[in-house]
Amino acid sequence: MTGLADTPASAPPAGPSLASRLRAIFFAGPVTSIATVMLFLIVAMAIFAPLIAPHDPIRLSPATRLKPPSAEFLLGTDAYGRDLLSRVIYGARISLIVGVGAAVFATFIGLVIGLAAGFFRRFDAILMRIVDGLMAIPSILLAIAIVALSGASLWTVLVAITIPEVPRVVRLVRSVVLSAREEPYVEAAISLGSSTPRILVRHLLPNTVPPLIVQGTYICASAILVEAILSFLGAGINPETPTWGNIMAEGRVYFPINPGIILWPGLVLSVAILSINLLGDAVRDALDPRMAKRGIDR
Amino acid sequence: MSQPVLDVRDLRIALNGDPDAQVVKGIDLKIHAGETMCLVGESGSGKSLTSLATMGLLPSVLKPIAGSISLGGEELLTASPRRLRQLRATDMAMIFQEPMTALNPVMRVGQQIAEVLDAHSSMVGSDRRKRVLEMMEHVHLPDVARIYNSFPHQLSGGQRQRIMIAMALVLKPRLLIADEPTTALDVTTQAQILKLIRELREEQGTAVLFITHDMGVVSEIADDVTVLKLGEVMEVQKVDALLRTPRTQYSRDLLKAVPSLIPREPRPALADAVPALETKDLRKVYATATLFGGKKETVAAKDVTLNLQPGRTLGIVGESGSGKSTVARCIVRLIEPTAGSVQVSGTEIATIPQAQLKPHRKRVQIVFQDPFRSLNPRIEVGESIIEGPTNFGVSRADAMKRARELLELVGLPASAVDRFPHQFSGGQRQRIAIARALAMDPDLLVADEAVSALDVSVQDQVLKLLDEIQSRMGIAILFITHDLRVAAQICDDVMVMQRGAVVEYGPAGEVLANPRTDYTRTLIEAAPGRHWDFGAFRPVAGVEPALG
Repeated sequence: MTGLADTPASAPPAGPSLASRLRAIFFAGPVTSIATVMLFLIVAMAIFAPLIAPHDPIRLSPATRLKPPSAEFLLGTDAYGRDLLSRVIYGARISLIVGVGAAVFATFIGLVIGLAAGFFRRFDAILMRIVDGLMAIPSILLAIAIVALSGASLWTVLVAITIPEVPRVVRLVRSVVLSAREEPYVEAAISLGSSTPRILVRHLLPNTVPPLIVQGTYICASAILVEAILSFLGAGINPETPTWGNIMAEGRVYFPINPGIILWPGLVLSVAILSINLLGDAVRDALDPRMAKRGIDR
Repeated sequence: MSQPVLDVRDLRIALNGDPDAQVVKGIDLKIHAGETMCLVGESGSGKSLTSLATMGLLPSVLKPIAGSISLGGEELLTASPRRLRQLRATDMAMIFQEPMTALNPVMRVGQQIAEVLDAHSSMVGSDRRKRVLEMMEHVHLPDVARIYNSFPHQLSGGQRQRIMIAMALVLKPRLLIADEPTTALDVTTQAQILKLIRELREEQGTAVLFITHDMGVVSEIADDVTVLKLGEVMEVQKVDALLRTPRTQYSRDLLKAVPSLIPREPRPALADAVPALETKDLRKVYATATLFGGKKETVAAKDVTLNLQPGRTLGIVGESGSGKSTVARCIVRLIEPTAGSVQVSGTEIATIPQAQLKPHRKRVQIVFQDPFRSLNPRIEVGESIIEGPTNFGVSRADAMKRARELLELVGLPASAVDRFPHQFSGGQRQRIAIARALAMDPDLLVADEAVSALDVSVQDQVLKLLDEIQSRMGIAILFITHDLRVAAQICDDVMVMQRGAVVEYGPAGEVLANPRTDYTRTLIEAAPGRHWDFGAFRPVAGVEPALG
């Protein structure tokens, strides 16, 4: 039966290299490219803060209070005479730690709970009611309550921001697991005698990775924002630590004298969040081609 | 002869409009009023693309780059989207394979038909309703006043397809395109729908472009047949001529691959062997709690008793909802049987709790219907095959060596172990799934519609492979299928099921040649093309079939 026979598959075409695939995601369009560059600059700013910052961000200097922008203080100084530019540069460190930390913790915790809820139907009813309960409390209120109860430090702020994000990850993972466990290849694994942990890790876990990467970027952006809000409300990390929220909270009073104290950290915060969200969209488009078709050129 | 209703000339469709990436390579078609043209071909032959191009519904990455499609003299390829919209339903209409997804699930079906009238005619109020009811009667729907107000999920598959046909034909189009309209239906329903399409074509003088992969269906409905392969026309013939004297090797191969309805020679049963599988009064009941504390019970399998010897094949045949898959899944313990016993090589496995079932898992293996979903797409083929053996303590190296041998046994190169499932065709993946099952050295292989998703030529090869493996390894096969032809070719014994109950059980030659019950007889009579012996290029002896 020549012509009809399903001939053995020919050698697969070599896939594009990892570098070129990453380039295709992060430089997919003009807007995405700008977002990639901006985020890269902010990350570099955070890592190399001690090298870039012209002044010490914490040392008080009453002699130079509330100076306007000048050659020495490019963005001026705040009410305690600290260099605004240096504080904004150092602020990127806390924001990125909180953002990335919350994203990693929330996805990891959510993944474990979600896998359990999706696969062990008995846990599901209990776990999901707890999750529902958590979701019913506004996340900022919950975060303020946690910080108020346990005192303000980087860790408590991180925990306070992570906990309200977990339920969303749990629901996402659970829904992916619920649909994937009906796949015949999972049933095949059961009939091959594979143990439950093996099925979870080998056959179900990989399905959750693409949506989790996307969800992680959104959590990262949202955590940076929540941290800024907490600091702004005075419920965050102690006020002398430079975070974008702290700088803005202090600047509120002095807005008429030096509006830059609010505007500059606000601007960097907006750019950071916008860039992360745009990159999240780019990753989602790359992982889910159906969405990309309907989307716009970014 | 008069002007054809549909005249397709040298149609070429290419990916992204690139002339080097043509998927349809110059197709010609002519259909006259009141005629049915069947487009036949395996997957990838371009039969569906041709119909979508006619309707102006090609996905945007595929572009017609040359040729013409004219409907009653009007060119469609260059027509504006607005004009195409006017032509759809009034001059040309299409019905699809899966009527459930083609209908709007939240709208009453009567209104969906009325909507077609709204868009293309000025009928209002009671006139419109009257016309819809008339059309519904025309497609032989019972109790039309009730069905008018039903939602799609309240109807059966056959009724839904009738609604689709009513929608397509309510404005009396000149051309009806039917894209595998009966593939998702049971055989008895399929026979009724084919009859309906024939009848309406005669009454309304509609030209029908009928797309199918099933030669049986072709013999039932076609006037003319166009055979396509990889986007090219292989041959065009009257149906009778094609079935008797195919001109190309490809058509001959296609016809030869159609399994014959005449049962195979039964193999002698081993006298005193321990049965590979024995079930007794196997029963599966689904109970759902109702609002007021009551229980609603659905019996999916009722007292199934069977006996399968090593080296033999038992087929369970039935329509959808007959419980055949339920039985298979109970035997593999993917679901829990409610009552009864299942013995595999003498060991009772129905009552062992899931946690202690593992040692018995390797005795029974299953091959699923859809080869695109039964292999984990993220795992290399070799890893998939050795998963089972390594679960039972075989070392990775030994298991991998065996995997390579098994791949060669199922007709694939040993080097396939390093590739991913998406690099293989459907038939090849099914071979991999079989290799994975064989890696466990099972006593019993359960094949749950294992060849139903495959093209007929590939199906033929996989059936031969199963047969060969069986004679070499002496395993027992439980073969679940809805296709009587397949059952006739592979099974020694056949069990017919209907609504969870066993209707008939016996040697294949007995059950299929001299059915004792009406239901089995109905099933056999509904099998499309039962009067043709396709592989021999002639009608079944003694019967002169009425074609078309």
